[in-house]
Amino acid sequence: MGKLKSWGIRGGVSLGKLKSWGIYIGRGVALLFAVSALSFALASASPINPETRYRLSHPGVSQENVTKMREYWGIDEPPVGRYLGWLGGLVRGEWGMSTTYRRPVLDVIGERFSASFALMATAWVLSGLTGFAMGCVMAAARDRWPDRILRRICLFLCSVPTFWIGLVLLAVFSANLGWFPFGLAVPPGVRAESVTLAQRIHHLALPALTLSCLSFANLALHVREKLVDVYQSDYVLYARARGECGAQILFGHGIRNALVPAIIMQFGSVSELFGGSVFAESVFSYPGLGSALAKAGMDASDIPLFLGIVMISAVFIFAGNLTANILTQVIDPRTKGVG
Amino acid sequence: MNNILEVKDFSLAFAMYDGVFHRRMLNVITNLNITVGEGEMVAVAGSSGSGKSLLAHGIMGILPQNAVTGGSVLWRGQPMTPKLLKKIRGRALAFVPQSVTYLDPLIRVGRQITRDKGKLGELISRYHLKPEVARLYPHELSGGMTRRIMICAALAGSPELVVADEPTPGLSRHLAEHAMKHFREMADAGAGVLLVTHDIELAIRFADRIAVFYGGTTVETADAADFVNGDGRYPNGRDGGDGAGVGQVTGDSQDAGGDGAGAGSEPDGTGRRQGDGVGLRHPYSKALWAAMPQNGFVPTPGVQPYAGDLPAGCLYAPRCPMRTQACDVAPEPRPLRGGVVSCHHAV
Ligand SMILES: Nc1ncnc2c1ncn2[C@@H]1O[C@H](COP(=O)(O)OP(=O)(O)O)[C@@H](O)[C@H]1O
Ligand code: SF4
Ligand SMILES: [Mg+2]
Repeated sequence: MGKLKSWGIRGGVSLGKLKSWGIYIGRGVALLFAVSALSFALASASPINPETRYRLSHPGVSQENVTKMREYWGIDEPPVGRYLGWLGGLVRGEWGMSTTYRRPVLDVIGERFSASFALMATAWVLSGLTGFAMGCVMAAARDRWPDRILRRICLFLCSVPTFWIGLVLLAVFSANLGWFPFGLAVPPGVRAESVTLAQRIHHLALPALTLSCLSFANLALHVREKLVDVYQSDYVLYARARGECGAQILFGHGIRNALVPAIIMQFGSVSELFGGSVFAESVFSYPGLGSALAKAGMDASDIPLFLGIVMISAVFIFAGNLTANILTQVIDPRTKGVG
Repeated sequence: MNNILEVKDFSLAFAMYDGVFHRRMLNVITNLNITVGEGEMVAVAGSSGSGKSLLAHGIMGILPQNAVTGGSVLWRGQPMTPKLLKKIRGRALAFVPQSVTYLDPLIRVGRQITRDKGKLGELISRYHLKPEVARLYPHELSGGMTRRIMICAALAGSPELVVADEPTPGLSRHLAEHAMKHFREMADAGAGVLLVTHDIELAIRFADRIAVFYGGTTVETADAADFVNGDGRYPNGRDGGDGAGVGQVTGDSQDAGGDGAGAGSEPDGTGRRQGDGVGLRHPYSKALWAAMPQNGFVPTPGVQPYAGDLPAGCLYAPRCPMRTQACDVAPEPRPLRGGVVSCHHAV
C-alpha cells in the first residue's frame, strides 16, 4: 500500500525530479564552459589572428599602428587572462565588435538569429511532419513497394550532404524552372519595411526544404522502425483479439507509441539542424547565423563574431537536448515516478 | 447442450526459412480436437511448449503470419471466418492473454479494461484492487495486478466464450481461486470457458472437462472427476494442508509438482460426480496424475518431443511403458468410457 501512496505524487513535481533537472542544468553550464574554452583555444591557435590579418590587408603598415592594434586585441596578454576577460564580457553582455560588420557582435547575432530561426523552425516543423507521416506510410505498407521506394529515398537522403541537396534544388527550381529566387532572404534592392511576408516565404522555401532533408529522412526511418515494432507487439495482438479495427489500432496504439520517440528525436536533432544551416545558408547566401559563422570563421577571421555564434549555437543545441529530456519525462508515463 | 466452440482436426505449422529459398514446415499442433459447450468450463492442461497458447491464438485469429493452419474451428456450428471473427472478438468472444506484456504501455489500465465506469468500478473491487489502480499505467502494476486487470478486461463485456491463456500464475492461491470461481460462475450462467493452464489441480477443482495436451495434440479428454478419487479426496488420501497443493504439469519429471505443499483435501463443492484417478485412459494422463504432489510425485522419465522433432507414430511412444509395434501408427481419437482418448491400447 505504501507503493500506492508514492504513486499519488506522480502528477506534481517531486524532489527527485527537481534534483535531476538541477543536474541537467549544471551539466549544461559545464558544457558551455567547455565549449567556450575549447573554441577560444582553437581560435587563439589559428595561424590567422587579427595581427596577421591586419598586416595582410594593410601592407606597409607602420609599427606604431601594429602596436596599437596588438594592444586593442590584447595579443600580448597571457591567453588565460584574455579568455577570462572575454568570458567576463560574455556574462556582462559585452560580446565585442564584429570586424566584418563593424557593429557589436550581439547586434549582428540578434539580427541574423531571427532569419536563421525562421529558417530552422520552418525546416524543423516541415521535417517533423513529413518525416512522421512518411514513417507511418512506410510502416503501413511495410515490405511492399511504397515502403521499398520510400525507404530507398530516405536512405539516399541520409547519405548525401546538405549542400549538395541545396545545389540540386537551386539548379532545378531556380535555374531551370525559375520558380524560386537564387538566394538571399529578401528581394535585392527592396527596402526592409516594404518586404511582404509572401516574398519572405518565397525566399525561405528552398533553404528550408534543403535543411529539412537533413533530419526528415532519418526521422521517417526511425518512425517506421518503431511502428513496425509496435505492430509486432503483444499489445497490438491483444487489441486485435479484443476486436479493434485497423484504424483503432493505428491511432489508438501505433501513433501514440511512435509519437513519443519521434518527438524526442526531433528535439535531439537541433544540433544537426544548426550544423546543416551553415551549409544551407551558404549555398543560398541566406543571411543567417550559419552563413555569418562560415564567413567569420573562414575568410574574415572575425574572431569575436565567430566565438559569439559558437556560444549562441551551443546554448540553442543544449536547450534542444534539454527539451528532449524534459519531454521524455513529461509525455512518457514510463519515466514518471522513477526519478 | 449446444456447442459454442468446436475445434476439429486442428493442425498448425510454421513456415521456417533455412536460407533464402529452402522452406521447411515446423509442425507444432497436429490432430487436435476440443469442444466447449454452453455452460461448460473446459481446461486444456499440458506442459509448456505443448502448443496451448498457439491453440488459443488460433481460436482468436491472432497467429503470426508464418503460421499455417489445417482442420476447422467452428463457432456455434459456423466456420470461424475472418469476417465472423471481426464480429465477435471483444464482444461474444473474450480473451485473457498469457503474458503481462499484452497491455499498451501508454494507456491507463482502467481504459484498457472498459470505458464503462460503473462496470469498471465493480470489476476492480471484485478483484480486490483499489479504485486508484484504474489510473495507473501498466508498468506501475505488479505481475499479479496485471493478471487481474486482464481478467477484468475479458469479463467486462458479457462474453459467450472466454478463452483464458494461463490466467493465474502470479496470483496468490486465494486470488487464483477467486478468478476460477468467477469463470465458474460465468459458465454456470451459460457461457463457455476454455481455460488453458498448467495448474492441473485448479483445473480439476473447477473445470468440467480436461483436455490433456501432449506435443501439440489432445491425447485424452476426460471428465475432471476422472482425476479425483471416489471419496472426493485427492487420490492418495493424504490429509492436512489447506488445499495449497499446486500440481504443475511440466512434463519433465523433476519439475513436477511445483511447491508441492500440502495435499488439497477439501471437497470441491461443485457437486460433481466423483470419479477415480484410475478412470483416466491415456498413459500420459496417468503419468501426469501420478506426478501430482497429492499422488506422490511419481516421475516419468523422458521429455516431451519438441515442435519440428515429433516422432512419426504415437507422440508419446518414446516414453510409453505400454507401447507395441502398433504404436508406430499414430492413434486416432476414439470414444472410451465417456471420454475421448488417442491411444491404441487404452482400455
Ligand atoms: N512464431 C513461432 N515460430 C516458430 N515456433 C513457434 C512460434 N511460436 C511458438 N512456437 C513454438 O511452438 C511451441 C508451442 O508454443 P506455445 O503454444 O507457446 O506453448 P505453451 O503455451 O503450451 O507453453 C513451442 O515449442 C514454441 O517454440
Ligand atoms: S498409442 Fe501406444 S505408445 Fe501411444 S500412448 Fe498408447 S500405448 Fe503408448
Ligand atoms: Mg503458453
